[in-house]
This record gives sequence, C-alpha cells and structure tokens, in this order.
Amino acid sequence: MEIAVFALFAFLAVISAIVVVSHRNPVYAVMSLVITLISLAVLFVLLGAPFIAAIQVLVYAGAILVLFLFVIMLLNVEEDAQRTRSGIFQKVTALISAALFTGILAGLFWRDTASQEVAPLTSQSISLESLAHRLFAAYLLPFEMIGLLLLAAVVAATVLAKPYSSRPRAEDP
Amino acid sequence: MFELAATAGKIGIWVVILLSVTPVMVWIERRGCALIQDRKGPNRVGPLGLFQPLADAVKLLFKEDIIPSEVDRPLYLLAPILAIVPALTTFTVIPFGPTIIIGGQTVHLLVADVDTGALLLLALSSLGVYSLVMAGYSSNNKYALIGSVRATAQMISYELALTLSVVAVLIPTGSLRLDDVVTYQQGLWLGVIPQWNIFPHALGFLVFLIAAFAETNRLPFDLSEAESELVAGYHTEYSAMKFSLFFMGEYMSMATLGALGATLFLGGWHLPGVDFTGWWVTSALLGMGILIAKTSLFLLFFVWVRWTFPRFRFDQLLRLGWKVLLPLAIVNLILISALTVAGWL
Amino acid sequence: MTVSIFWYLLLAAILFGIGTAGALTRRNGIAIFLSIELMLSSVNLALVAYSRLIGERLGDLQAALTGQLLVFFVIAVAAAEAAVGLALFIAVFRNRRTIDVNHLNIMRW
Repeated sequence: MEIAVFALFAFLAVISAIVVVSHRNPVYAVMSLVITLISLAVLFVLLGAPFIAAIQVLVYAGAILVLFLFVIMLLNVEEDAQRTRSGIFQKVTALISAALFTGILAGLFWRDTASQEVAPLTSQSISLESLAHRLFAAYLLPFEMIGLLLLAAVVAATVLAKPYSSRPRAEDP
Repeated sequence: MFELAATAGKIGIWVVILLSVTPVMVWIERRGCALIQDRKGPNRVGPLGLFQPLADAVKLLFKEDIIPSEVDRPLYLLAPILAIVPALTTFTVIPFGPTIIIGGQTVHLLVADVDTGALLLLALSSLGVYSLVMAGYSSNNKYALIGSVRATAQMISYELALTLSVVAVLIPTGSLRLDDVVTYQQGLWLGVIPQWNIFPHALGFLVFLIAAFAETNRLPFDLSEAESELVAGYHTEYSAMKFSLFFMGEYMSMATLGALGATLFLGGWHLPGVDFTGWWVTSALLGMGILIAKTSLFLLFFVWVRWTFPRFRFDQLLRLGWKVLLPLAIVNLILISALTVAGWL
Repeated sequence: MTVSIFWYLLLAAILFGIGTAGALTRRNGIAIFLSIELMLSSVNLALVAYSRLIGERLGDLQAALTGQLLVFFVIAVAAAEAAVGLALFIAVFRNRRTIDVNHLNIMRW
C-alpha cells in the first residue's frame, strides 16, 4: 500500500517537475508546479509530517503560486515579443551539470541511508504539540526573525511594484 | 471492513447533502429574492415552484455545450471540475454528530479524523482559486480575464483575514481538530447561555462572516462576475453543464463555509439540552439535523445580504480587506491570545 | 511493506536536478523563478526525509524535529522571496517591456 502510494506520487512529482521546466507557457508551468507540490505534500504525510504537508499546500500551493499566476496574467508574459531561447550548447551543458549534480547527491544519500527502512505510516507521526514546543522554545529567535523578514518583504514588494510616478520624489540636493 | 463501510457511509451522507444543497438553495434564493423585492418568484413548476430547480437542471443538461474555438482546451475543460473539488473535499474534516456505537464498534461522525483538521480544511479551500484563474485565463476573453484577476486578488486578500479569525478560535481550544472545538463549546454560562465561541469571539465572527462573502464570491463582493461591467466574469464563455458546475461549486462552498462557521462559532452539531446518548440512529440524525439547521442560518444570511446590499467597487473591496478586516483580525487574535494566557477562556 | 528512506532522498535529488536544468536553460524570468521554487521544495523533501531518518535511528520521532522546522522556515522564506521577486519582475517589465533574461543585460559590462 505504502509502496503504491509512494510510487504513484513520486512518478507524478517527477513528470510534473519536467513539465514545469520545459513547458513554454508559464501558466502551464505554474499548474504543474502545483501538482508537484501536492504530490510532495502526500509524501510528507507518508514520512509522518502532516503539519508540514498542510502548510505546504496552504502556503506554497494556495498562496505563493497564486501570486505567480497573478503576475503572469498581469504582465501577459506569453506575448513577450523579445523572447529568446537558450542555445544548444547551453542546454547540453545545463543537462550534463544537472545530471552530475543529481548523481553526486544520490551517491551521498545512498552512502548515508542504504539499509535504513521507514516505519509504516500508521505507527508514528509527529505530534503538533512537540513541534510547537520546539518551535516556540528552541527556535523562538529564528521564528521572530522570519516574522521580521516577511514584514520587510511586504514593504519591499509594495515599494517595488509601485509605478515611479506615484512614488514620493527624493529631496533635491 | 467495518471501518471501510462506515467511512463510505459517512462520505455518502455528505455527498448527498452537498449535491442537494444547490437545488434547494436555488429555490430559496429565487423565492427569497422575490420576497425581498415584493414579487412572486417562480411559482409555475410544482407547488410553490418547488420543482423549478429540477426544471432548471434538465434545461442545463440538454443545452448545447459550446466550446469556443480559441480557448486553451485542457485548462478550459479542467476549470469547472476544479470548481467543485474544494467544496467536495473540505467537508471531510467537519464533524457532524457525536461519537456513536454501532454493534460494539465506535464510529466518529467525521470522515477524516486527523490531527491537522482545521489546517487541512483551510489548505484545501485555498486551492479553489485555481479554478477561477484557469477559467478566466483559458477562455481567451478579456472580460473573463479581468474577472479572474479580480477574483485572485480578492481571494488571496480575504483568505488572510479568514484564516486569522479561524486561528483565533483554535488558540483557546488548544487543538486543530474541529471535534475538539465542538467539545470545547459544550456547556453553559450561568446555566442559560450556551458556551459558544460567538460570544467571546464576536469580533472574529464578524471578520469570518465578511471574509466568507468574499471567499465565495457572493454579493456584495462578487466583483469577479459583476454582470453590469464584466458580462459574467470568469465563466462568461461557459455554457450548459460546465456553467452549472461553477454554479454548484459556489453553493457548495457556501455550504462548507457555513458548516465551518457553525462548527467554529455556534457549537457545531451540539446543542445544550439535547440528549445524544440514545439509540445511535437518533443521536446521529439529531447531530446532523442540528448542524444542518445552524448551517442554514448562514445560508439564509448569505441570501438575505445578496438581495439587500449593492456591489462594492474593486478598490473599496481591497481597501476593506487589507486596511479594515486584516487589522481587525489581528486585534482579535491578540485579544484572544491575551485572554487565553490570562486564563479567562 | 515500507519504502526505504533512500527512495525519498533519491526523488529529492532528481527533482533538484530537474530544477537546476530548468534554472540554467530557461530564458523567461518567471520560468527561472519557478525552477528555483522547484529546487527549494526538493530540498524540503530531503529535510523531512532526514528528519524521519534521524528519528528512526534515535528510536523516537518526536526527538528529531529540526528538519521539519527548517522546512517551515524555508517555506516562509520562499514566500518572502516570491513577493519581492515578483515585484521586481513587475518593475522590470514596466521599464523594459520584457522579462527575458537575455535582454536584461545592462549591468553586464
């Protein structure tokens, strides 16, 4: 059962990831990334992390990618007249380096985990309480800093996306 | 085996309820609108026009299903399906009755009894916006595109306020399970007032209610389908059954949001003074009946507001969301946290 | 039957590789951004998988939460990154009418 679920969603994740990086239409790319993220959320549940899975769908798929779509629709990127494509040399080198990177990573992971089995899904999953205790005790400072970072990001995004004409003019020297 | 049958039964009950929401609501909406506008409303098909929704459904089923030639086909076909998916999945975490015992086996009247219940509900309902985006984008029609851009901005803005008002309810409960939220609200203050969250969370309830209108794209916040400016918004190019799927999606998500509101703020399936310890069939039916009654309050309110208020302008809508509702939700959150820490809740 | 943790990590490595290839070959700014998001979420998968692995080795899942908390932080940072990055793209598009990275080369020389 667990193997079937894992295989199905791993396959889905890989296929949709390939669509993300290869589809010419950015709207389709975003939609495939949604599928990848939802498949990964299922795998998180299999790994005993339902909280992370829910956060992944809520924040990543439900908010961040909607923002992407919003910007794509706003800019009408498809009709970008000056679009270029990368050359064949660039593509081949990128593929080789990505393959090398994946190979090295996989080798490292294999050395680390070769014989380790995961306990079945129902046996144990992370309780919310222990996660919350850890987050608000040991990781309180990083948590607060993330809040500050998000505030800074909101301010920065507002300032950047404003047209120049509506910005307050700098004082003349 | 028993487990599987029980789950299938629970899902079956919910699907039947959700599918019957649309025809019932269509009738209530049209008759209610007529009542408010001092007209008669549909009264030809069956007694009191009760079979009107049926006639509408037959009409929609047999209408020609037009797919415009310039649409982006895969997305165009997927969008109406996605419109009803969030509504059909979120109900799984809403409890609709007490824990009952059937032949020695305990059954929770809740489809998915998971740790992260409320969070899962919010996550699944946040996916609903994709259907609007896909519909508007794939239709290749400027009205549809404008409608879906509006819908996106509106839904991600109001989702924040909605989520914060839900979080405020979960803080004193100390659990993300909606079952625990219901249990938390059982009991009486001074022996007469039910301990429902609506009283301490009055502010949060207000925010939830207003954000719910925006999340379901209902008047006064139906800017994404404003017929006077955008023809029909994101579903302009849809016809026949595809159009009615959007229609059903809207009513179903109203019903799930209503059930969520009833569970969070009005005590869910529980009502003080009702005995849930009897035969399992009666207690299950009582729980469901009470939840449906409370949800209907929300639905009737939706209809009432729709035919009473004019539509907002888009900048007013976003201003209300970001500058009024969000700060109010945060104030509510801080207030509730302080009260919880002080031990008053 | 259970799935060895290695397969989760292998999936993370493959997704990371696909993301890398995308980030290197795509010329549309938003597509590059999407590839980076893909790489980020593959790292999330690796973090959760390692968190599980360490929990299994310690014999107590509740003791190994660091990986999951890191994922929480990564998602928050990704949200901030997306907000600022997309605002940058809007600003760039307003000035240059394109977000093709081959044309955004005035700072090159």
